[in-house]
Amino acid sequence: MRPAVTPPVRVPELVCPAGALPALKAAVDHGADCVYVGFRDETNARAFAGLNFDDASLAEGIAYAHRRGRKVLVALNTFPSTDGFDRWTRAVDRAAEAGADAAICADAALLDYASRAHPQLRLHLSVQASATSHEAIEWYRERFGVRRAVLPRVLSLAQVEHTIARTGVEIEVFGYGSLCVMVEGRCALSAYATGESPNCQGVCSPAKAVRWEPHAGGMRTRLNGFLIDAFEGDERPGYPTLCKGRFDVGGEVYYALEEPTSLNTLDLLPELMRIGVAAIKIEGRQRSPAYVAQVTRVWRAAIDACAAAPRSFAADRRWHAELDALAEGQAQTLGAYSRPWR
Amino acid sequence: MTMTMKLALGPLAYYWPRNAVLDFYADVAAAPVDIVYLGETVCSRRHELRLDDWLEIAAMLADRGKETVLSTLPLIEAEADLRLVRRLAAQQRFRVEANDIGAVRVLGARALGPPFVAGASLSVYSAQMLALLAREGATRWVSPPELPSTALAALVARAPDGIETEVLAHGRLPLAYSARCFTARHHGLQKDACEYRCLGVADGLELKTREGEPFLAINGTQTQSAGVYTLLAELPGLAAAGVAVVRVSPQGEGTFDVLAAFRDAIDGRRAPGDAWASIATRLPGAPCNGFWHGRPGADYVVA
Repeated sequence: MRPAVTPPVRVPELVCPAGALPALKAAVDHGADCVYVGFRDETNARAFAGLNFDDASLAEGIAYAHRRGRKVLVALNTFPSTDGFDRWTRAVDRAAEAGADAAICADAALLDYASRAHPQLRLHLSVQASATSHEAIEWYRERFGVRRAVLPRVLSLAQVEHTIARTGVEIEVFGYGSLCVMVEGRCALSAYATGESPNCQGVCSPAKAVRWEPHAGGMRTRLNGFLIDAFEGDERPGYPTLCKGRFDVGGEVYYALEEPTSLNTLDLLPELMRIGVAAIKIEGRQRSPAYVAQVTRVWRAAIDACAAAPRSFAADRRWHAELDALAEGQAQTLGAYSRPWR
Repeated sequence: MTMTMKLALGPLAYYWPRNAVLDFYADVAAAPVDIVYLGETVCSRRHELRLDDWLEIAAMLADRGKETVLSTLPLIEAEADLRLVRRLAAQQRFRVEANDIGAVRVLGARALGPPFVAGASLSVYSAQMLALLAREGATRWVSPPELPSTALAALVARAPDGIETEVLAHGRLPLAYSARCFTARHHGLQKDACEYRCLGVADGLELKTREGEPFLAINGTQTQSAGVYTLLAELPGLAAAGVAVVRVSPQGEGTFDVLAAFRDAIDGRRAPGDAWASIATRLPGAPCNGFWHGRPGADYVVA
């Protein structure tokens, strides 16, 4: 009798965020396989003031990563306008010329340009493309040769598995960080309240529209005048991300759309590896180098431990403690993967 | 002034009881509307009407001279959602509004079939993207609500020949979609045991700030604006920007008054401002039009 064959486990790449060069180096130093970055303009969905890369810092970051055998991916994941289209195609050119290992795009016309102008440039489909099914993902593969797709944070684990089984495109999922409860790429909530959106300006609930208003010993937070939340004296006020505020529905005040939780899938790691996820993404290009270093280190250790012994893997309590501390007191959730609300 | 644009009735975003839906579309048959979009575009759990029911309504409206279009779900999660898309694509009689790239692929794979409509959730923000969808077989597109008039006009100016531009011109704005159901959440229920609590909530649940300011509307897995987006008074501007079709979204009460007001303005029987004044006080929320003016969508700019 032959011994049972254990199928080879695919070890997912760890994809970490960097808003600037120090964070990129921190990610590389602490074990990221890939670091994703954006240019200093509206061509990416984290177009925050003081954040992101110019050509010189990107070149330096890529050299730093490549010397250590790691990759740099450039996010170009907002939607170009008709008259501004050249700014986005130029950004694709700049990423290709800098030697980026992939461009992460959402707009099909931009993918079309990239696939024609830079056939050697690897293309990833951004979460902002809202591709939630194998039919959608396959369309991007057939048309533009997309090699990897990042799934929106709305699918259950079973749905992710189903999708992986039906497409030749590698699948990347979000593992840790802020949680979008809405389908990415189709959310105009921020645009409705502030006039600026992830799709067009690369921002959600932008800081310039935020007002922190001391009130009755506590704090009120506003977004372009709309009251997003109010905190009592001892409550820690949170950033007024629109979908994470407390509102009044039918006389009841509660987190009507989403609690200010963050995503943490450490406990799902064996499942994510079993179903063949190609990469796990850490959210947070707006975070500090220290944050990136710590999250990267924990996730590197976890992925390595799980790859070595997937069947007996259990997330180390110290890893959870470290990530809990980084979540700034926010509760952590498995998000849509486990669907407690289903 | 007479305008040449067509008037469309968008898909019903809410979950009304079966008989209310059937009565509504019986009235639509007699309403002064050129195009009617049909089908469930929010939640795959809703089942007061099945696909065969929608096809029957489509046939009835087509017999009464309406162009009827079947709309797909904007969020495809499960294989069952894709099966519905394939069934819509398999019928050849009516055009399909594709609200997801998966639907574009399914429609493109047909050997035969009418051209499709590229829905608002396909995120068309440039003429370059529209040209790409035209090559896939789209002959009409619906602009994302947040696209301002200046960007729309620039896009239309460079749009491929023979493609119609449609704009949502009246109704609560569809702002976001989720896998999660906010109506079930409001009632403390799991999505899979939601008891269909959105049934009969004619215009969605109003969500207010803690200061009582109407902000959003919860419609199951969809989040809408509390404000009613309206471009009726702006119709000449829409025509000038190259808009060929204006869309009205069904609301709980008064949809036919809204359609009549649009028809009068398009046909030049009433000035757009006067037509707007005739319905302004009978909306489910305050008016807004900021997106068209390149401002926050909730803003209202008096024309």
